[in-house]
Amino acid sequence: MIPLSHYLVLGAVLFAISVVGIFLNRKNVVILLMSIELLLLAVNLNFVAFSHFLQDISGQIFVFFILTVAAAEAAIGLAILIVLFRSRRTINVDDLDSLKG
Amino acid sequence: MSILQLSFYAFSVVLVFAATMVVTIRNPVKSALFLVLAFFSAACIWITLQAEFLAIVLVLVYVGAVMVLFLFVVMMLDIDLARLQAGFTRYLPLGSLVAVLLVIEIALVLYGSFGADKFHNPPLQGAQYSNSKALGVQLYTQYVYAFEIAAFILLVAIIAAIALTMRKRPDTKHNTPGEQVQVRRADRLRIVPMKPEKPAGSEGAES
Repeated sequence: MIPLSHYLVLGAVLFAISVVGIFLNRKNVVILLMSIELLLLAVNLNFVAFSHFLQDISGQIFVFFILTVAAAEAAIGLAILIVLFRSRRTINVDDLDSLKG
Repeated sequence: MSILQLSFYAFSVVLVFAATMVVTIRNPVKSALFLVLAFFSAACIWITLQAEFLAIVLVLVYVGAVMVLFLFVVMMLDIDLARLQAGFTRYLPLGSLVAVLLVIEIALVLYGSFGADKFHNPPLQGAQYSNSKALGVQLYTQYVYAFEIAAFILLVAIIAAIALTMRKRPDTKHNTPGEQVQVRRADRLRIVPMKPEKPAGSEGAES
């Protein structure tokens, strides 16, 4: 049988890959959004694994809500991206300095 | 090695490969397609954990809706890829170092606390067990308020996305239905009182 730690390490590897994706593609907003989706997937994997090994269905219900929020987040993020591209003609993070932050 | 273990490790390899391609490949369209592969493999791994309902939801919601949205957006935008990829190799050593440290640290903690000797595999559920039913019973009793809030969050997301991306064009010839309905007869029609007129030179022709 597959021990719990293998699932958790798989989630950790996935999480690390997404963090590297945020480091590498820090100019492209689309890839940044995809990396955030991968981060949430890694977290969900941990939730499902614990739910199975502890025999508690509440973990899967939590994953259900995370999926809902992630879908809403992706929709709003992409809408903001479209508005951004319409007004600035770019999605480069370095060009988005109107707020002088 | 059982068929369960074999499928778990095979799908894990595919998942890690696809995730790596998502963050390293240059073309955003291919990146989105690799993300689809990653979600699909993750759904297969969730099935090995007996979470069938969530696996199907992951495929339907993510592969069916969110990734199609991503692909639409990527193909709609006319982006300058060469500028976006600049600095890619500059951050590669630092990023890899952070990732390797992260994985090593997490793995050290995990193998100490959650190894096979600490957490025993639970017995697999029988064929009559319904994951969807168990999830639904909990969702509609104990978590029903949270469920309604989730529905509300989705509604807010719909309205926000439409309100953000809708644009008004000044040159289109559309009409406003409210103003059309409110029109009265007096606004459009004017009755002028006047005497009836006969066409000239027709007096004798009548009798």
